[in-house]
Amino acid sequence: MKKPYSLSSKILTCFFTLFCLVWIFPVAQVVINSFKSNAYINLDAFALPTSESFVGWDNYIEGLTFGNYPFLKSAGYSVFISVTSVFLILLFCSMTAWYIVRVKSLFARIFYYLCLFSMIVPFQMVMFTLTDTADKLHLNTPWTIPVIYLGFGAGLAVFMFSGFIKGLPLEIEEAAAIDGCGPVRTFFCVVLPMLKPTLISVGILELMWVWNDYLLPYLVLDITEYRTIPIHVQYLKGSYGTVDLGATMAVIMMAILPIIIVYLFCQKYIIKGVAAGAVKG
Amino acid sequence: MSKLRNPGKKSVDLVHDPIKKWAWLFIVPTFAAFCVGFIWPFIQGIYLSFCNFNVPADAEWIGIGNYVKALTDAGFVNAFKNTTAFALVTIVVINVISFAIAYALTQKIRGSNLFRTVFFMPNLIGGVVLGYIWSIIFDAILKKYATYLTADPSYGFWGLVILVAWQQIGYMMIIYIAGLQAVPEDILEAARIDGATGSQTLFRVIIPNVMPSITTCTFLTLTNGFKLFDQNLALTAGMPSIMMEGAKVNTTELLALNIYSTYNISKNYHGVAQAKAVIFFLLVAVLALTQQYMTSSKEVQQ
Repeated sequence: MKKPYSLSSKILTCFFTLFCLVWIFPVAQVVINSFKSNAYINLDAFALPTSESFVGWDNYIEGLTFGNYPFLKSAGYSVFISVTSVFLILLFCSMTAWYIVRVKSLFARIFYYLCLFSMIVPFQMVMFTLTDTADKLHLNTPWTIPVIYLGFGAGLAVFMFSGFIKGLPLEIEEAAAIDGCGPVRTFFCVVLPMLKPTLISVGILELMWVWNDYLLPYLVLDITEYRTIPIHVQYLKGSYGTVDLGATMAVIMMAILPIIIVYLFCQKYIIKGVAAGAVKG
Repeated sequence: MSKLRNPGKKSVDLVHDPIKKWAWLFIVPTFAAFCVGFIWPFIQGIYLSFCNFNVPADAEWIGIGNYVKALTDAGFVNAFKNTTAFALVTIVVINVISFAIAYALTQKIRGSNLFRTVFFMPNLIGGVVLGYIWSIIFDAILKKYATYLTADPSYGFWGLVILVAWQQIGYMMIIYIAGLQAVPEDILEAARIDGATGSQTLFRVIIPNVMPSITTCTFLTLTNGFKLFDQNLALTAGMPSIMMEGAKVNTTELLALNIYSTYNISKNYHGVAQAKAVIFFLLVAVLALTQQYMTSSKEVQQ
């Protein structure tokens, strides 16, 4: 009916192209400054590198050992904690949601409502007591902190999985039962594959949360020994003014580049996951 | 229970009974972690808000003293005012801009997928890193006027608004795009045939049809504004601080950060900080429940 691209839509395209350039400016500024020496960033953070201010990869090399803590060590802890926590959340919360929806016992119902309730509780409400509990139960290491993430993240995950499982036809599981599948096989071979879209949505939401989380690991972990990327960056910020801004920019770059690359490859899933998770409030 | 055991409904028993035997695998691990990570800290948190304590083990019941101290604390009152102002400003700024972007991007324009990708990108970067990036940008701009970010409370406040708008506009845009795409084509067609102008179509047809998205986004920005912590800490950490009614007040502090910094003043303030946390929880809970109420009452009407 209409021509494919009208004049007004071409003007909009031009406008949005400029708008997007403004939008990525903060990130572009980090990229630019990560190749400049400290003195030149202090002089003018917006200037492009010149032959005098350009330092090549020096900032990145320094950034690796910067702030009295190796960057790669914090990145390693971040990766381990995020991957393990999200794996635990996906596995156990999907099992729990299935149990809640299919069994409907009093205990299951109460647990479900407690999960809903936990979604409206801000972290500040439990942060002191959670830290204390984690210390007492020796959950204060990167190897055990995923248990805490499972506990605090269970609410949203159980809620989202339950919503999806309620829409699954019972007949398929009955057929599996008649064919001699026990509950464990029914769950892993029949139910779990059907949950794939929700697994992706929940996985992405929880991954974005755990990866970027600052306060929980900061309070729970012994930070002289264990730091995640957000803790590492906040430490550099703490010594702002005396720090080498060039190396800091390189650290920030190394912290956000992997996320942006993952995003560009999985943006379809990420955007879908976000739209699905918008209910969490 | 008796309803489920209805012998006429044999189907339920096929799945229901065998699963029950596996409760220790399916529900007990999650429940145990949930108790450690949520239920116990929550209950203990409420108890400790009525106590004077350094560590939970030496808690001593003192009644509502902590709440009185919390509510008369100039810093907490100031943080509450800041948070309310911040939430109101961000609701308007974020929703108007993200709706406008979503509306434009759902028109037929070249490159709309690319634009969507770019606008959403800041969401993936954590609050602490964002705060650091923007504090350097703001300082570099303000330097040209011979000042700096933490020189004036209004710089910190508006700086935080810009940062959070930049981060969340893409997120709300995604929700608005989903809402706009769900508006039935035949309603738009009818409006066109009836000769509705562009703005009539927008205000009389499209906006009423995306009300559920508007409710969702309004409450998301509201609760996000109330719960904001990382960005606040990383951008200004509450600075600059001034003396107000004989107490030190961090002028750009929001509620979550105020609770955190109260805890760090000294061990005498642990109970006060916990009482503030309970008040904070009640505030956020009321907001969330209002959202639930408004969303579900709208669903009934449709």
